[in-house]
Amino acid sequence: MSTHQPKAARGGALRAPLFFTIIALLIAIEGMTRGWNGALGILNMGLISAVIALGLNLQWGYAGLFNSGVVGFVALGGLAPVLVAMPPTPGAFAGGGWGILIALCIAVATVVAAVWLNHNLKGKARAVAIIVTLIAGFFLYRAVFDPAVAVIEKINPSAQGNLGGLGLPTLIAWPVGAVLAAGAAWVVGKTALGLRSDYLAIATLGIGEIIVAVLRNEEWLARGVLNVNGIPRPWPVPYEIDLQANADFIARAAGMGLDPVTASTITVKLLWTALFALVLIGLLLLAQLALKSPWGRMMRAIRDNEIAAAAMGKNVTRRHLQIFVLGAAVMGLGGAMMISLDGQMTPSGYNPLRYTFLIWVMVIVGGSGNNWGSVLGGLLIWYLWIKAEVWGPTLMGLITAHLSDGAVKQHLVDSAAHMRLIVMGLVLLLVLRFSPRGLLPER
Amino acid sequence: MDLLNALVAVLNYIIVPATAYGAQLALGALGVTLIYGILRFSNFAHGDTMAFGTALTILVTWGLQGMGISAGPLPTALLALPFGIALTAAFMLATDRVVYRYYRRVRAAPVVLTMVSAGVMFVMNGLTRVLIGVDEIRFADGARFVISPQEFKAWTGLAEPLALRSTQVITVVTAALVVVWLFWFLAKTRTGKSMRAFSDNEDLALLSGIDPNRVVAVTWILAAALTTIAGTLYGLDKTFKAFNYFQLLLPIFAAAVVGGLGSPIGAIAGGFVIAYSEVAVTYAWKKVATYIVPGWEADSLMQLLSTEYKFAVSFTILIIVLLFKPTGLFKGKSV
Repeated sequence: MSTHQPKAARGGALRAPLFFTIIALLIAIEGMTRGWNGALGILNMGLISAVIALGLNLQWGYAGLFNSGVVGFVALGGLAPVLVAMPPTPGAFAGGGWGILIALCIAVATVVAAVWLNHNLKGKARAVAIIVTLIAGFFLYRAVFDPAVAVIEKINPSAQGNLGGLGLPTLIAWPVGAVLAAGAAWVVGKTALGLRSDYLAIATLGIGEIIVAVLRNEEWLARGVLNVNGIPRPWPVPYEIDLQANADFIARAAGMGLDPVTASTITVKLLWTALFALVLIGLLLLAQLALKSPWGRMMRAIRDNEIAAAAMGKNVTRRHLQIFVLGAAVMGLGGAMMISLDGQMTPSGYNPLRYTFLIWVMVIVGGSGNNWGSVLGGLLIWYLWIKAEVWGPTLMGLITAHLSDGAVKQHLVDSAAHMRLIVMGLVLLLVLRFSPRGLLPER
Repeated sequence: MDLLNALVAVLNYIIVPATAYGAQLALGALGVTLIYGILRFSNFAHGDTMAFGTALTILVTWGLQGMGISAGPLPTALLALPFGIALTAAFMLATDRVVYRYYRRVRAAPVVLTMVSAGVMFVMNGLTRVLIGVDEIRFADGARFVISPQEFKAWTGLAEPLALRSTQVITVVTAALVVVWLFWFLAKTRTGKSMRAFSDNEDLALLSGIDPNRVVAVTWILAAALTTIAGTLYGLDKTFKAFNYFQLLLPIFAAAVVGGLGSPIGAIAGGFVIAYSEVAVTYAWKKVATYIVPGWEADSLMQLLSTEYKFAVSFTILIIVLLFKPTGLFKGKSV
């Protein structure tokens, strides 16, 4: 939440172009010194990070909502490519799919019934009715759910054992990822918004953990810790193997003086970059339009003074819910893009430090409330995160060069890779302390 | 006989482990609640402070073991604990001096302080990893059991074993001592009273000449002691793994909120509420049911939720309390 400061940041209108030029230079230097494959890899993940950071900026920068469960929404978005783009598992849907759907409907109906009872009954009767409904619903749910899951998990467990997907194009999975994350956000927001900001932080921390736990353990869904491999790529992006088998492509690569392997990896990476950049530009455009619209002004008015905004007749809780859901949808989109890029779903990889708090660092460093700032933060912090892993051991090697070889030196060099956590923490603390409005302050 | 077996099974798999776990959570929640009451923010670095303090304690433990010092039947880590606490407290005071003090001076919003604590969390997480690595570490030594399962079976002739590990007894005893001391400190000493006054009404406390810097410093020292003790006890009881400590954040917060943020007695109650529910919900009741209802074989494990979902339990309790009683069981600070 940036406090309004009339004095513009130094550099004025040239500030943003300058920083983006610096990023471009960093990527270019990386490409020229270490190869373009790695550089484009950093850029691609940087673009996805920028998308997720944009989502968080909607929640925090526009509305001042503290979401500490980003990892959950990103992971839920990542589920979409598995459910939409993977080929269906033969027999899974007929065997247990309906059972699972019915069970989920029972779960939803139970919760709806409990909420209805909560609104329409009073006193002791209310408590008893709610508890009875919830317990009965839970056991009914388990009675339908467990056998269905057992059927699905028995189908070819070494390769499948899950529900499989719909076999639709991957690009469709991206908006579906956004919808999944938005749905979860609606449930969380409905319960935790309207309470104090700390409580939202704690509740989202919980929902983040739970979503990741569900992905890790529900093998029928996305094979849990067994991972799903070979998630199809979206439409314009080909596979390296296919390119290398294409005589036309090899000839063109040779014409540019490149060997087919390098040429194919770089072509694929460039296509990814173009695709992600397209999505990012679209989102950025929408976010900027929203920010400058009456709606965006209302959001910032609510953020800066909730009581005054409520006095002007704005429904603060509803607006908060709206932007919380929107932000989560963008995070889900980013999560779906990331899983498509990786080509595999590894639920155990969803670490809150990496997917929640690192995104926070991006938004804060870039400048909360400024969409361009989030994009800048996403690219810059991702670059730092990757490079700090490389620089840490190098730096530690220099520091310990004068030490004699031994256990202490070995330990220090080994642990130097963890230094990037310390670096990120320090970056966050320094920015919060000395430049709380970030690199590109909100105007 | 079967009823006795059922009772022993409940005791062995639920009451004993949940009591030890509850004591650990209670100590953690006390730290969260103290920081919330005095410094007025939710400290996201709490789990990593626990890990950091425990890592330091483990390092000192190894040092002591290297010198051939041991505590006989007790774990050496208990001897190392004071050193761990002192080092952690020094680190926390330094952090306060370098990081948090500025935000108190500018009277930053609580949510900004929470954000700052996330930065501190990153640093402490990294420091812990650099100090001791990411692997699982067992550092409990000394006697393993107070009641060993085989001996219990031999004594009583029951089919069900009962294990009472020494670390569990140590956990509960230590936690009880710490809590009694803390309540005495808060209720009887001048510093404790000034802390409570500061927590109730900061401006009034300042007007009556209470030195805020002293109150804050004592709070950090107490928080360091509580986190280090809780972390070390948890590590002795289970194992030390930095990431598990980060995940403890959720049950600890839930415990503090359930009891009522800012209320020490609530933190303890909350810790046990969370621990008992977590263990009871994730326990497979089949064995107990078979003992109680003779001749009936349940076809499922009778486990409400698998162990991996234990966080869902603390989360659900948290949400229920937030919705129906936002001030918690013991009237903490309200919304």
